[in-house]
Amino acid sequence: MSTAYLLQKLTRALLTIWIIVTFVFFILRLSGDPAMQVLGPDVETETLEAFREAWGLNKPLWTQYLVYLGNIFQGDLGVSYLDGRDAFEVVAERFPKTVSLMLVTAVVTFAIGIPAGIYSALHRNTFIDRFTMTVSVMGFSAPNFFLGILLILLFSVTWRMLPTGGSETAWHYVMPVFTMATAEAAVFARFTRSAMLDVLNQPYIRTAIAKGLPWSKVVREHALPNAAIPTVTITGFFVGTLIAGGVITENVFSWPGVGRLFVDSVANRDLAVVQVIVFLIACSMVTTNLIIDLAYGWLDPRIRDLRAEN
Amino acid sequence: MAENTRIEPTGAAPADRPKDDSRKHLSRFFERFPPLVIMAGLWLLAMIVIAILATQLAPYDYAAMDLYSRLQPPIWLEGGKWNHLFGTDDLGRDVLSRLIFSIRMSLLVAFLGTIIGAVLGTSVGFMAAHFRGVVDDFVMMCIDFQASLPFMVIALAVLAFFGNSLFLFIALMGIYGWERYARITRGLALSASTHGYAVAVSTLGATPLRIYGRHILPNISSALIVNMTLNFPGTVLMETSLSFLGLGIQPPLTSLGNMLGFGRDYLTTAWWIAVLPGMTIFFATLAMCLLGDWVRDRLDPTLK
Repeated sequence: MSTAYLLQKLTRALLTIWIIVTFVFFILRLSGDPAMQVLGPDVETETLEAFREAWGLNKPLWTQYLVYLGNIFQGDLGVSYLDGRDAFEVVAERFPKTVSLMLVTAVVTFAIGIPAGIYSALHRNTFIDRFTMTVSVMGFSAPNFFLGILLILLFSVTWRMLPTGGSETAWHYVMPVFTMATAEAAVFARFTRSAMLDVLNQPYIRTAIAKGLPWSKVVREHALPNAAIPTVTITGFFVGTLIAGGVITENVFSWPGVGRLFVDSVANRDLAVVQVIVFLIACSMVTTNLIIDLAYGWLDPRIRDLRAEN
Repeated sequence: MAENTRIEPTGAAPADRPKDDSRKHLSRFFERFPPLVIMAGLWLLAMIVIAILATQLAPYDYAAMDLYSRLQPPIWLEGGKWNHLFGTDDLGRDVLSRLIFSIRMSLLVAFLGTIIGAVLGTSVGFMAAHFRGVVDDFVMMCIDFQASLPFMVIALAVLAFFGNSLFLFIALMGIYGWERYARITRGLALSASTHGYAVAVSTLGATPLRIYGRHILPNISSALIVNMTLNFPGTVLMETSLSFLGLGIQPPLTSLGNMLGFGRDYLTTAWWIAVLPGMTIFFATLAMCLLGDWVRDRLDPTLK
């Protein structure tokens, strides 16, 4: 992989992060006077002035912007208006819970979605294929907040088998993971199936069959690696929906993660925390997309060689 | 009937059996319109009718309280009475009436959002294709930006910064998905402008507005319609999700998501408050997905 390509991708990623940071800053300032928003309309002018002085809000906008950028580079992302602690710290302590929920969900998604898609493609138009695809359509039309509530109603309220909220034991993971993984696995099953069907129609598969390879070997060595390439591209989309789905699922199951903090901060208009969360999500999305771009080039020899030639 | 002969299976019975004709017609009909798609269409049609006739159909006002019959179960459960078919909520409001008005609100927001998104995205896409250069770069940059953050995150951030109002919320739903229209329009318009017909009308002296509006738009409309049908369930889910979180449609207005969000507190005592709107959302998005897939397969075989 050429250095120029790597540099180009990196520059683009950094540019996107810069745009997001700038966007957040200006939206933040456009949306009104933070001093008024935090202190309310009934405070005295001196208090407002003191607040503005303390937070640097009385300086010109471009100075504020430069200070803001400088602070970000120093890792200072502001202070939570709500409890006065460092906003980054507030978010960081919620981080492990969210990441662990997402990792478990990702494992379950891959373990169910990909084999189901491969199986459906290999047994096209059989009953199992139709059944899998019907379940998959239902899976991604079911809103995850409703699925979560149904699960609570059945497993917690009616049968009293699983806890409704919290994150202490492994049992607490069952319902949130199931809620999130259903839609994701459905998307993966559908996508893997169509990628696999695409590959199975390629001439090289016919050649492999014609030269007398056993079917299992054709699938394992010729079909699967080629079908894996397009599946990598939806991983970026996957991370995005995982984040959005996590926000809702964490709220349904009172999961003490970043998603719930996000909604609480939005409701309380704790802008510094919102800003940190948006910034973190943007960074993780941009990094994911960067890795996918690089992995894509590395996985597909056709792209790899094309780049080597240039 | 060229199309019908094409879809006939190769091993079909010869034409000398006229008795089977009506059955064959029926099976051809179901091949073109699968039963599931017909059911989905009917369900959506029913929802649209309910949304339009909401004020006539609802037995009560959606905000009317009846504190003497709070948390009354639906008719099919023990303790249900005919005066509230689907039961009542914690304030004694009729769940059926609230459901009807919620369907209206959710469909209205999704409908407006889809229209705004389509118009916005298509115009931006045309502008990028027409002006190219800096404008195109800027539009592509915005598309990248939009694609780099899940829309839910952007929506939550904007709601945090600007507070909530129905107007802002509908505008937000309009922004949802604009980048897909823009990308499709830009790509198709760029390739269309090199086609003979676009070059011909522009040589004849047509203004850009006329070329894009009267000539290129009709030619690319099927891809845009497909995107609209795929985008619509997404918009419904986005609206209901945000309302569920308490950050979308605000009370006293009611939407399917917001009913579900409030009903969640009464799961142990009155599950119907949450489950009925939830089922409605589920069947609505399911029907839209089925119908969207079908429209895509019919209109745009390249997208399969």
